[in-house]
Amino acid sequence: MTNALEAKTVTKIYKSDIGTIKAVDEVSLNVASGEFVALVGPSGSGKTTMLAILAALLRPNEGSVMIDGAELGKMSEQARARFRREKIGFTFQANNLVPYLTALENVELMLRLNGKYDRAGRERARELLARLGLGERLKNLPRQLSGGQQQRVAIARALIHAPALVLVDEPTASLDTERAHQVVKTFANLIHEQERAGIMVTHDLRMTQYADRIIQMRDGKLRRVINDPAEIRAFATTGEAVTAN
Amino acid sequence: MTTPFYLTLKEIWRNRGRFFLFSLVIALITVLVLFIAALADGLGNGNKEYIEKLNGDLIVYKANVDLSIGASRLDRSQLRAIFRVPGVKDAGQVSFSSVVLVLSNDKKLNVALIGVEPGKPGEPPVVSGRGIGEKSSSEAIIDRNTELRTGFKVGDQLRIKSIQGTKEEFYDLKIIGVSDGRQYSLQPSVIVSHQTFDRIKPGTPTVNEADLISNLIIVQLDEPKQWQTMAATLASQVEGIQAVDLQTAYENTPGYSAQQSTLNTQRFFSLLIGVLVIGGFFQIQTLQKVPQIGMLKAIGAPNWIIAVAAVLQIVLVTILGVGIGAAVTVLLSFTFPATIPIVFSPMAIVLGIASLMLIGPIGGMVSVRYALRVEPLTALGLTG
Repeated sequence: MTNALEAKTVTKIYKSDIGTIKAVDEVSLNVASGEFVALVGPSGSGKTTMLAILAALLRPNEGSVMIDGAELGKMSEQARARFRREKIGFTFQANNLVPYLTALENVELMLRLNGKYDRAGRERARELLARLGLGERLKNLPRQLSGGQQQRVAIARALIHAPALVLVDEPTASLDTERAHQVVKTFANLIHEQERAGIMVTHDLRMTQYADRIIQMRDGKLRRVINDPAEIRAFATTGEAVTAN
Repeated sequence: MTTPFYLTLKEIWRNRGRFFLFSLVIALITVLVLFIAALADGLGNGNKEYIEKLNGDLIVYKANVDLSIGASRLDRSQLRAIFRVPGVKDAGQVSFSSVVLVLSNDKKLNVALIGVEPGKPGEPPVVSGRGIGEKSSSEAIIDRNTELRTGFKVGDQLRIKSIQGTKEEFYDLKIIGVSDGRQYSLQPSVIVSHQTFDRIKPGTPTVNEADLISNLIIVQLDEPKQWQTMAATLASQVEGIQAVDLQTAYENTPGYSAQQSTLNTQRFFSLLIGVLVIGGFFQIQTLQKVPQIGMLKAIGAPNWIIAVAAVLQIVLVTILGVGIGAAVTVLLSFTFPATIPIVFSPMAIVLGIASLMLIGPIGGMVSVRYALRVEPLTALGLTG
């Protein structure tokens, strides 16, 4: 498998009244196409900051990030926005969808932004939503969908434009257990099927069972990497409580 | 380029109740601005209509009366002297007073009584009937405003009440013509020959024509474009006079400037309120949309799409509101009686609508700028 993402010694420093804070401290990680990685850690561990750096939303103070062979550090803000649009798919903890667009229109929006809104694209959007169990909900507005359904629409939007890297931030934060498993399992299956590189930031360790690899952060540093499936299952079933942001 | 249009139209359509209500606010502001403009034109007309429409190039006053028509007194010798100045094509004396028209059922109407020299500058053209005869003493032209308010037509008799000395005197005149609107001093007008004027005006009548005193002399020039030079020439060659153009004359009619500046101030503040109201609405809306805007930027929507969509929304809502307001104004205008001094002139409406179309984008600029500065990091709950 080729590496869709290569991050080397990424460091992000914030200045505050009490001094400087290293939100991310020399973190290196690679994610291959078709690989699903769970990025876990307690509040303040730096995982959301790391996600923002990988999404080309934040510039690191040190280190480099390459996605699909492109070096993010050399890009202008405009180029980074275009790169996010074309090469990265993103879902958020909240406010995932445009409230005045239907489920289908929210997914098609990504095609419009990329200039790929054609018949083939519209058909792919319908198929992807059907694949996610939302075939009967295409014309529903976000307020007419449950939290889990909204997350699945967001996942469809994150995948419709065939990005190299898909990032999901706390996708199960407001979902009950059954829907949480449903969303993450579906996401993992699509990552594998479509050969994307997927990274999920989560507090909920139970969801890590669907990942191919677990990366644990603490105090801005990379503390542990778990590759072994048995260890992953064991990690996911510990039920270890993690303080939410 | 279609994406901003798409987002704008979808948002407006899916929240059409809210946007329609807001456009009604803009419609109310539109009605207010257009009515103030019409009131300004109507009141202005009431003051200046007769003078503005004069068939002359210069108006001659007595000197040193600060262009006060009431204080101006000119005699026949000055008229003859004006005729002797090269470049003067024609001239006529005009006098003003105020009398009461006695109508049926004991109703009364205050009108401006205007005395003119038949066939000379000052006598308005008629739209029906004929002009005043040279030697007539019992004929009158009424203006369109008098016609509307009394229902009089050509051929009817009108009765005028005038206080002469200490007595009420009544005079019957035959209506021989109707002119277009020729209001003077906010009153509809009755135009008569100077002999008739002198006979029926309040006060003491003149003994003979040689002693005829008028308020103004209206002058027509061989070359109207030379009015500035001719005004100076007349003042230097005819003793005791001052000559000005029509615009200067009506701008100095009593109360005109104060009235117009008051109404213009009201018009300006109405527009300013519109800018603030629209700006406030869109700013609040943008603040509510910060997470959504952050999300759009995070998934890669460029700033120009955010900006164009925001501006389009402001423009469309403004157009809808101004359109509704203009339509309501037109409908309301049909319900006003002729006695109310409101005039909707095409130029004033066009200028009013153009300025109202601008208040939306101007008022909304702050919200657009704010939207552009939203960080995509807000989608992740970070502040950068």
